[in-house]
Amino acid sequence: MATTWTIDGVKEALAAKKISARELLGDFYRRIEARNPELNAYLALTPARARRQADRIDALVAAGSPLPPLAGVPMAIKDVISTRGTKTTCGSKILENYIPPYDATAVERLEAAGAVLLGKTNCDEFAMGSSNENSAYGPVKNPLALDRVPGGSSGGSAAVVAAGLAVASLGTDTGGSIRQPGSFCGIPAMMGSYGRVSRYGLIAFASSLDRIGPFAGKVRDVATVLGVIAGRDPLDSTSTTAPVPDYGAELGKPLKRPRLGIPKEYFAEGMDANVRKKIEAGIALFRKLGCELIDIRMPHTDFAIATYYIIATAEASSNLARYDGVRYGLRVPDDSLLAMYRKTRGAGFGPEVKRRIVLGTYVLSAGYYDAYYLKGQKVRALIAEDFHDAFRKVDAILTPTSPVPPFKLGERTSDPLQMYLADIYTVTGSLAGVPGISVPCGKIDGQLPVGLQIFGPPFGEARVLQLAHAFEQAGGAEV
Amino acid sequence: MKISREDVLRVAELAYLDLSDAELETYRAQIDEILEYIGKLNELDTSKVEPMAQVLAEDQAADATLREDLLVPCEVAEDVLDHAPDPEPPYFRVPKVIER
Repeated sequence: MATTWTIDGVKEALAAKKISARELLGDFYRRIEARNPELNAYLALTPARARRQADRIDALVAAGSPLPPLAGVPMAIKDVISTRGTKTTCGSKILENYIPPYDATAVERLEAAGAVLLGKTNCDEFAMGSSNENSAYGPVKNPLALDRVPGGSSGGSAAVVAAGLAVASLGTDTGGSIRQPGSFCGIPAMMGSYGRVSRYGLIAFASSLDRIGPFAGKVRDVATVLGVIAGRDPLDSTSTTAPVPDYGAELGKPLKRPRLGIPKEYFAEGMDANVRKKIEAGIALFRKLGCELIDIRMPHTDFAIATYYIIATAEASSNLARYDGVRYGLRVPDDSLLAMYRKTRGAGFGPEVKRRIVLGTYVLSAGYYDAYYLKGQKVRALIAEDFHDAFRKVDAILTPTSPVPPFKLGERTSDPLQMYLADIYTVTGSLAGVPGISVPCGKIDGQLPVGLQIFGPPFGEARVLQLAHAFEQAGGAEV
Repeated sequence: MKISREDVLRVAELAYLDLSDAELETYRAQIDEILEYIGKLNELDTSKVEPMAQVLAEDQAADATLREDLLVPCEVAEDVLDHAPDPEPPYFRVPKVIER
């Protein structure tokens, strides 16, 4: 039976010389060889890089030197995040052979902290999707139920942690793409506030929404990874100067009767009855832990999906204009430059990406900009105001992460709008810029995981992690 | 119907996207449905609301002062050209631009 490793577990075993970083790495690559063909969660492996890092860590252990925070910890990186010298495809054919000449800041920080990077994980193309069925490299299967989706767009990053093929991983979240796969795969998954983690090296989808964040098996490990990657980066002008607290030290501090908001709009129709039962059980657990539960209203919740799909697609249409076959990626040759652009993009992008580029270009085009994009930006302000108002009354907000349990592969692929509506509880926090975590909150029929989402105020990550940790330690995953 | 075939063609041209006839019709129908849904934003009176152009508040945003205009080494050019579709260092070779 394979060991379930945690970050502390790895460091203790290394320090006690029970296992070397190289041996641990070998163990993980054997697991990956056994399970990845079925899951399709990893797109590429980076054994040479991983071995070099593992050797570095083993040398530190041999010298009796202090070990950095993620020493020897096997980790995976979503394939929209740049890794120097390693193919970074964004799940797209248009970047099938793209090799970045630099590392994302988040990747640099992980390696500086000793993490051993195993490989790149599968995802929806350019992070556009909620099921990992939009990848040009095939879907990812949910390790807990192979006929079901792992969620998206960070399906691969969630699946590898859930299947024991990495101790932690990085994903990205634009409208729910970390939280929802975390929920579907039964593991904790967090996005920090917008600006908490540098986006340098994150291949852009929607620049005012994109965030990098961690998946792990335990909330404590999510906290540790977040602490490593967070912090001001001069290479990302949207990264905040707010200091990074010691998230690990905040966990396990006794809760001082926090006030938790239960927003009426997230508990209306449209939630699966079995999901509702588990979420209600989770809320009851928070009550048992001594939290005060307060009914709140967030009146613009129902407008969030419409707002999101205007703003995100508009920004995507701009960000994806760079894929033209000139400098990198796929080129479909032609005698005319403009025809080369059209053919390259026509051949290289998948249907969901094309759909969003068309929609995004439309809402920005002359005659429509005011009615759609400008209107969307105004409603976004109202949605952010809902959160601002709520946090005057409560310390954190509890919601379901997803209205439905993990659905079956192919179930939602023919109707894009149906797929978009799956993000109904997550896009709100994305638009408002606030941090959010999904924590495991029971399993339907003992198999299909449900996730409970906790939103905090801007830069309130410590509080969110504290609550999530208390919930987990009190048996939240087994409600 | 909110969006016509001509609308999609025009937008595809703006976005330099070659779409087949089948794609054109499929996307048109899907985007039509989505735009219909997005129309619900008109239920809200936003006449007195400022658009949210920035996500970070003033006190959370990065230091707005510009850095010194100093040259910093950046040695990726060779690497980038090595992996380009049709390099002729130090250039990227492209087909000639044809006047419309």
